[in-house]
Amino acid sequence: MKDRIKYDPYNLIITGVGGQGNVMASRVLGNIFSAKGYTVTIGETFGASQRGGSVMSHLRISSESVLSPQIAKGQAHLIVALEPTEALRVLSGYGNENVKILCNKRPIYSGGVISGEQTYPEMDQLQEWICEYAGEVWFIDATDEALSRMKNPIFGNIIMLGALAATGSVPLEREDFEAVIEKSLPESKIGINLEAYDLGYAMIAEN
Amino acid sequence: MNILSTGEKGSRHLLMGNEAIARGALEGGISVAAGYPGTPSSEIIESLAKISKDHHLYVEWSTNEKVAMEVAAAASFARLRSICVLKQNGLNVASDFLLHLAGSGVRGGMVIIPCDDPGALSSINEGDTRHFARLLEIPLLEPGDFQEAKDMTKWALELSEELQTVIMMRSVTRLSHASGSVVLGDLPEFGAKAEFRHEGFLLDPNEGIVSSAPVEIKHSQQQEKVKKAVEKFETSPFNTYTGPESPELLVITSSACNLYSREAINILDVKDRVGILKLGTTWPLPEKLVAEHLKKCEKILIVEEVIPFMEENLKMLAQELAPQIGQKTLMGKRDGYLPMVNELNPDLVINAISKILGIEYQAVPEEYATGTLQKTFFGAPVREWIFCPGCPHRASYWSINQVLKLDNNQGFVCGDIGCYTIGTLPSGFSTLKTLHSMGSGTGIASGFGKLKPFGMKQPVLSVCGDSTFFHAAMPALVNAVHNKSDITMVVLDNSGTAMTGFQPHPGLEANAEGNDAIKLDIKSVCESMGAYVKESDPFDLDNTREVLFEMLEKKDGVKVLILRQICALSPEKKGKKMFEMAVDESRCKGEKCGCNRLCTRIFRCPGLFWNKEKGTSKIDEAICAGCGICSEICPIGAISKKEVTQ
Repeated sequence: MKDRIKYDPYNLIITGVGGQGNVMASRVLGNIFSAKGYTVTIGETFGASQRGGSVMSHLRISSESVLSPQIAKGQAHLIVALEPTEALRVLSGYGNENVKILCNKRPIYSGGVISGEQTYPEMDQLQEWICEYAGEVWFIDATDEALSRMKNPIFGNIIMLGALAATGSVPLEREDFEAVIEKSLPESKIGINLEAYDLGYAMIAEN
Repeated sequence: MNILSTGEKGSRHLLMGNEAIARGALEGGISVAAGYPGTPSSEIIESLAKISKDHHLYVEWSTNEKVAMEVAAAASFARLRSICVLKQNGLNVASDFLLHLAGSGVRGGMVIIPCDDPGALSSINEGDTRHFARLLEIPLLEPGDFQEAKDMTKWALELSEELQTVIMMRSVTRLSHASGSVVLGDLPEFGAKAEFRHEGFLLDPNEGIVSSAPVEIKHSQQQEKVKKAVEKFETSPFNTYTGPESPELLVITSSACNLYSREAINILDVKDRVGILKLGTTWPLPEKLVAEHLKKCEKILIVEEVIPFMEENLKMLAQELAPQIGQKTLMGKRDGYLPMVNELNPDLVINAISKILGIEYQAVPEEYATGTLQKTFFGAPVREWIFCPGCPHRASYWSINQVLKLDNNQGFVCGDIGCYTIGTLPSGFSTLKTLHSMGSGTGIASGFGKLKPFGMKQPVLSVCGDSTFFHAAMPALVNAVHNKSDITMVVLDNSGTAMTGFQPHPGLEANAEGNDAIKLDIKSVCESMGAYVKESDPFDLDNTREVLFEMLEKKDGVKVLILRQICALSPEKKGKKMFEMAVDESRCKGEKCGCNRLCTRIFRCPGLFWNKEKGTSKIDEAICAGCGICSEICPIGAISKKEVTQ
């Protein structure tokens, strides 16, 4: 293991809303760290949650053993949020004052918000709250970038993985990503996923 | 490349629990796997179906779980090894056959794998299937991590064949749908030959007939097999103890709770005070092994999901052992240290252990916990389940609701399990008024439809999906037709078992392995039963409403409306828009319109939201699936659709 994780186990949560590619992102990351020789455990909440519900993947990266597929309260080291209110929700369960957060700013409205029974917070307010309860925070427009540059919002999750690499929070290199998607995706999809990864990387690295 | 198929002995891989079980079944030399889709179990059959050709397997999505069990049992009777996979609801469906199979015994190794859903993450119950093991008197195994999920499947097949009894191996969502490191074993040579021997002495287990009668003899034989299983359990490597020689507290646990317990002990840093007896063989309990560990200390905490199953069995055993080992204090669910409902997690176990040991534990400072909780309450609206953008069910329920409201006779709809269960919620316009098991909507409707002599005047409707139609709604429909019950059954046909990941069913032309299959036409089936049948495209709102009205007016007898439109998440449709949608902001009058934002307030499609600043509705282009229905419901035509040329 050439690259070291900063804590052992390292507890990473990927959160979002059903349909955002949460599960795919957690599989790719899990396979990357598994290939590096770590023992990875992933706990996932999906199924009915795909129907507009909150989706959460708990990734545990350890040099030793398989761990609980659910992280204990307050034990997250890093939260990757594909939707900003989901970042807040995860903070209240698993956050702590040192937790790092990488957050996509594009809102997905719940049924109650669409109908007017609930209110979605103002983005400035939401960002302020997230910052108040985290150690280090990066906000990016991953979905907007996927829509404008790649004409498909589904690449938002891969843009987030590129951005994650650029934060330097976990040992993650472009070649790690490439090696894993080469095994799991058809050849025709490799280039476009690398493009999304690079876009995300640049969004953090160039700021 | 498929790791399950090509992964070499000794190689280590990150596998989902369900993939580990599938590999274990391969290593255990199965020839047949059957099941019915149900979260969290579906990936076991799916994984095996993908590689069936390479491993000479027959893999089937059966019509329902009872038939799946019978298909798997037939393989066993023909001396092949088999598994049957289902979720907790499915074991109820299969239980009638199982009670007989437990008595008749098996020949080739046969393992039933129910995947329970503690916390009902993808269910409308959290039934604990372990009770079936005791009811049926068959051995029960529970893997405690991902490696065990694989290894135990293989061992269970061998044990089943050796003892000639069916064995149950129970998984849970947090193992089946979680992933962890697994070292692979050897794959056996295949080439098992199927032969059913039936001409020997009546009671010969290998040559006679296969039956649970004569009951007294077969029941005694069955209990002997269970006793032999317990002897094996006493020395099983799946039962392990970790901890000090004389702990202050002994945790007895199984399944995913093993991982939660280990986490709790690590976080509380009490490795030198608390021991863990992890049991992989949970019914019947290995008495000598348990006695050996109960001796170690006075206080015992049992950590399990959902119902206190092990706790009750352990308490009974501890009472019998009391003269030898003394009276022990067994804690768990019955005294409230752990909850009787919902899934467990590391924090609940931390809470129980810290209470027993008198340790103060706080995950995060009080102000952080309350601060984030408050901000979440105000800033993160709870997400209810909602139909996907482009879902045909939203359109179907829209029409059903409108017709029932206009009909104004307090008509109601009985439902069952599938994506269309969302019909109970506001996002399904609160259309469903009863919700139970597969096919129950139509069975209940059949009963309601016979209550006219008791003064009931309300129109009765039921809904069921296409897969559910074949699974359990057909007998209910037969009942309704035969007994002249006055109901309207609406089949929401979206061409697949959508809720669980779009598995095929008997109404489609391909089977689980992707081979050609005979397609049964729902319309012809209903007509041959004698129902009055019509079809409509739910996206054609006008026609659907018209047909529904006609059916409500047509008194007496069974009417069936098949609403056919393929699921928005199906491989054929996913990511492809039929229409480019847009809201004309100059025409949308928003809250000033008589409709009072009908499109967002009631219709609730994730792809269409209310733009507060502009006071109009707006299409979310990242989410909209382009089905075009919202343009039909806007009373002033402010939502336009433009056909997309593919």
